[in-house]
Amino acid sequence: MTDQAAPAPLIGPKRDLAPLLLPLAIAGFAFLLIGSPTTWLTLTLAALAMGMMVFVIASGLTLIFGLMDVINFGHGAFIAIGAYLAMAVLGPLAPWMQADSLTLNLAALFLAIIAAMLGTGVLGYAFERVLVRPVYGQHLKQILITMGGLIVVEQLLHVIFGGDQKTMALPTALRGAVLIGNVALEKYRLLAVAVGLLVFLVMQLTLNRTRIGLLIRAGVENAEMVEALGYRIRRLFVGVFIAGSALAGLGGVLWALYRETFTAAIGGDVVVLVFIVIIIGGLGSVGGCFLGAILVAMMANYTAFLAPKVALASSILLMVTILMWRPQGLYPVAKR
Amino acid sequence: MADPLLRLEGVHTHIGQYHILQGVDFTVPEGGITMLLGRNGAGKTTALRTIMGLWRPSRGAITFDGRAIGGVATPDIALAGIAYVPETMAVFSDLTVEENLILAARSGPIDPRRRDWIFSFFPAMQRFWHAPAGVLSGGQKQMLAISRAIIEKRRLILIDEPTKGLAPAIIEGMISAFRELKHEATILMVEQNFRFAAALGDTVAVMDDGHIVHRGKMADLAADEKLQTRLLGLALDQHQ
Repeated sequence: MTDQAAPAPLIGPKRDLAPLLLPLAIAGFAFLLIGSPTTWLTLTLAALAMGMMVFVIASGLTLIFGLMDVINFGHGAFIAIGAYLAMAVLGPLAPWMQADSLTLNLAALFLAIIAAMLGTGVLGYAFERVLVRPVYGQHLKQILITMGGLIVVEQLLHVIFGGDQKTMALPTALRGAVLIGNVALEKYRLLAVAVGLLVFLVMQLTLNRTRIGLLIRAGVENAEMVEALGYRIRRLFVGVFIAGSALAGLGGVLWALYRETFTAAIGGDVVVLVFIVIIIGGLGSVGGCFLGAILVAMMANYTAFLAPKVALASSILLMVTILMWRPQGLYPVAKR
Repeated sequence: MADPLLRLEGVHTHIGQYHILQGVDFTVPEGGITMLLGRNGAGKTTALRTIMGLWRPSRGAITFDGRAIGGVATPDIALAGIAYVPETMAVFSDLTVEENLILAARSGPIDPRRRDWIFSFFPAMQRFWHAPAGVLSGGQKQMLAISRAIIEKRRLILIDEPTKGLAPAIIEGMISAFRELKHEATILMVEQNFRFAAALGDTVAVMDDGHIVHRGKMADLAADEKLQTRLLGLALDQHQ
């Protein structure tokens, strides 16, 4: 072939680093405006914690959208179910939560998270089977039916657990802050950052180092060709939907503990933010979703301090600005 | 005479309200290259997609290696030993060349001897081994799409217009590559470039308006200008 003519150097992957500079630029700009390093550091940690929780919730949704082309407004239902399941598990484990032992505290949280992820994973399977599968490829119907599913789940939670506001207190060892110099770093926020980073790491390893991960990335681009290579994309769809729902359940636990009070509307409240994050990141891109979640959280926290009246609109303003720069999001995934 | 590897009998395919294949009958003998020719819109791509299970035949029978595959799910058809190179190439742009081939190697890790054999006629695959497929040129993407189909031994390879949009120099190189490949697997190829088809094909079927209108040896069609004009609209010397 024509390329046989001369030996050429091996060509490696190109890295698009420009979007990675955005959080640094925003943090640097905020530092200049805030002035106080202590306040800036506290706000930045709060932003990272919030960003990680939003990422955990959004990561599953971006894969569901990217791979299955499903607009799932029902994702919020799994956030709420995760929060309620955790509350149900942590109730009987109150002695462990109140014990002055980090091990017992974390063991209780771990059990609550496992219950929430298993429960939302199983319900995710049922949700995909009953509601989503009949409307593959029909976006308007997807929006209507998944929104309907969200409303039904919220009402069922009211019926089962009551319509009043629920509380979920932090375990003893995770209350308060760690002082480093003059900077107070809230312990729970540090845990949320650690969990978010762990989820990101596991997802990156899965997507880049395993055959299942390659299939998911390939399926996001061209599901038909994945089938033509001999893989059953339907099973992959179901697996991703279950994993995405379980991640929403995990995010629900983290988010409810972060807020300490919640209602069945907790999912619906956060799902708009989640959609903004996955649009900013590029639909189907886990890396973009991670970066988008951090950016949205930074804007929310910095503007809440600097200009509270703008805070509510900060996510929308950020999305508009980024889409003007990159209309397909920060890391667009090529589609067939 | 030996049984053909692939047989289509009275195959009809509807896409929405359109009746595209209207009783297609042809066979692909084992070994060599069978060309599927015809004017634009004759139904060639639909025929390949129907064989691959990407469109469901509404009527008729498709038999591969003695087994009925009409209406069978696409992954099962692939696992039966049929590879598909679509007209769009459908390489996974976000994945590297290596990762594209890892996915195509169904039975396990890529065989290094097989990989080196592919490098011998598609050296660009070695050069771009760790690069995302999205950075490849059109010709290189076509090489990757074909490499994906041959990274493991297959009984039958369906290839849809491999020369579409490629420069003449690359097409010449592809002819050499396919001459080597046809010793390895049976190929059913849709092609618009008659010179390319004439240089490679052993047998030929010509489609028009959803039917097969001619079957025979490729050399006979290449030698008969009147037949070419009648079936395809142009004689060989008028083709690119």
